[in-house]
Amino acid sequence: MNGFSPSAPDEREGNGNPLLEIHDLTVHHGQLRALDHISLRVFPGEVYAIIGANGAGKSTLLRTIAGLHRPTEGTILFDGKNMTRVRPERRATQGIVMVPEGRRLFGSLTVEENLQVGATYARKGPWTIERVYELFGWMKDRRSQRSSQLSGGEQQSVAIGRALVANPRVLLLDELSLGLAPVIVQRIYAMLPQILATGLTVLLVEQDVSQVLRVASHIQCLLEGRTTLEGKPEDVTPQQVEAAYFGLGPAASDGSGGSSGSAASDGSGGSDGSDGSGGPGPLGPPGGYGGAGSPPVRGVGLGGVAPSEGEQLCNGSTTSSRGS
Amino acid sequence: MQWVNDIIQGILTGGLYALFACGLSLLFGVMKVINLAHGDLAVIGGYVALGVIAVTHVPVLWSFLIVVPIMAVLGYALQRTVIQAALNRSILTTLIVTFGLSVVIENGLLQFASANSHSLGVNNSIITSSFSIGSQIQVAYLLLLILAVAVVVILGLQYFLSASRYGRLIRAVADDQEAAQMSGVDYRHVFGIAAAIAFGTVALAGIASGLTSQFSPTTGTDTILLFAFAAVVIGGIGSLWGTLLGGIVLGVAQQIGSQINSSDGFLAGYIVFLVVLILRPQGLTGRRAQS
Repeated sequence: MNGFSPSAPDEREGNGNPLLEIHDLTVHHGQLRALDHISLRVFPGEVYAIIGANGAGKSTLLRTIAGLHRPTEGTILFDGKNMTRVRPERRATQGIVMVPEGRRLFGSLTVEENLQVGATYARKGPWTIERVYELFGWMKDRRSQRSSQLSGGEQQSVAIGRALVANPRVLLLDELSLGLAPVIVQRIYAMLPQILATGLTVLLVEQDVSQVLRVASHIQCLLEGRTTLEGKPEDVTPQQVEAAYFGLGPAASDGSGGSSGSAASDGSGGSDGSDGSGGPGPLGPPGGYGGAGSPPVRGVGLGGVAPSEGEQLCNGSTTSSRGS
Repeated sequence: MQWVNDIIQGILTGGLYALFACGLSLLFGVMKVINLAHGDLAVIGGYVALGVIAVTHVPVLWSFLIVVPIMAVLGYALQRTVIQAALNRSILTTLIVTFGLSVVIENGLLQFASANSHSLGVNNSIITSSFSIGSQIQVAYLLLLILAVAVVVILGLQYFLSASRYGRLIRAVADDQEAAQMSGVDYRHVFGIAAAIAFGTVALAGIASGLTSQFSPTTGTDTILLFAFAAVVIGGIGSLWGTLLGGIVLGVAQQIGSQINSSDGFLAGYIVFLVVLILRPQGLTGRRAQS
């Protein structure tokens, strides 16, 4: 029940020491346990994705790493240094920079001023305001516009730019796709390779699973504050992801019985069993979730229903994943 | 002609009220703190000026060069300790804490400086004199000077906020503290800077109040805080030019009121204050609150 230890000590070890290391992190919101002994290790150059449904604790995890929540237990190591009690602004200046959920731009400031604030206490590095203008072609012409007047996608770009000019070592992206049209989301994720090329590491949280499987080099699925699945996108099947995402016990065991056993899904089965007694109640049947019609996971859901689509999704993830 | 004089005198007094008000407006605009000790701090500024003048024999008009930095440091220190501690709990706590601060300051002054009134006398004959326009209008140089100082302070603040690095940080923090933290900005330090600036203007307000009339330990809550509040509300909360406009409207209303009946000046000011609150709660220059 305690601590999900990353199984299958993976080939990622070859990349040297982890840049970000989370041990047994537990976070409470009042009485509610939002995160329950979460561990993860992010290696340099990775795109590490946390997926999970609403309320799984994804954002809490990211915000705790950024320093906005105090963990009740556990440690956060960044480049070997213990950051667990370090103030958020100090973490930012040392290289943990977050693009918060909902953009959170400074609405009364112009686009350029937003970037200038981001650059005020920046580390030395490749990113400058000019470079951000190069990355997002439209931005320079509209730099004097108030950021609150921009569209959602434009605001998201400015928020990313504001984080980049701080020259983070690890960039935390919290739900980039929230409230944006799918086309815009794709366009923003398409920028990711250019951002990664400058040598930073990305830890992202996303509900849009199909998007994540396309860009991530490593995924971890949360459910009610616990890890239910972890592995490389090409090693997990859509069925496993679906099971881990929704916490479907039987499906999860089906998944683990499948070919790619390296993905740790046994943890989900075990914790699910104990969850039924202590948790808020058993999870609804898959039909119930389908009825809720959560569009972000439709791709994965279809994977179960219509194999062809699921396959396509999987292939896509394999070909575009940054495995090497 | 009498009305013209009332309006001119009202505008001149408005400068003083704007000076009273801009620190209050700034603190509210940046950190949503309604500083109920604002008036008492201005009075402290007056006492500090008295002390500085007694010790250094610096000319009264130049005493601000020493008093403003002292008050700015006090502002930063108070912000980083008492006010920030209150802010960490809730905005409402800041109301109680600044109210408590007001009580402490007032009684402390009564204890250590007695209830006697003081003023900052100016020996400079030009400053104490006035010039006339026509036969009925007298313009006091001192009030003109204070109005000019108020305009310069507001211009300076406006420029600082819009063009300087710290001004930008102050606006960013006022928009979203957490997002500012994510960019490495220590909002508590930025709040401290904002408080230091606000207290600097409070020092000017205290000196101006000592120059134009007398102050005693109770002046802070009796007049300065009330006029500052009225000016801020009339003009529009958080807007610096609105503060000047509010001060002027208040000053003119008081002049006209006392013209009608010599004891009704203050009453007229508060009636205008209430009318603005009812008809235009966002203030004369304020934008409608966004939901």
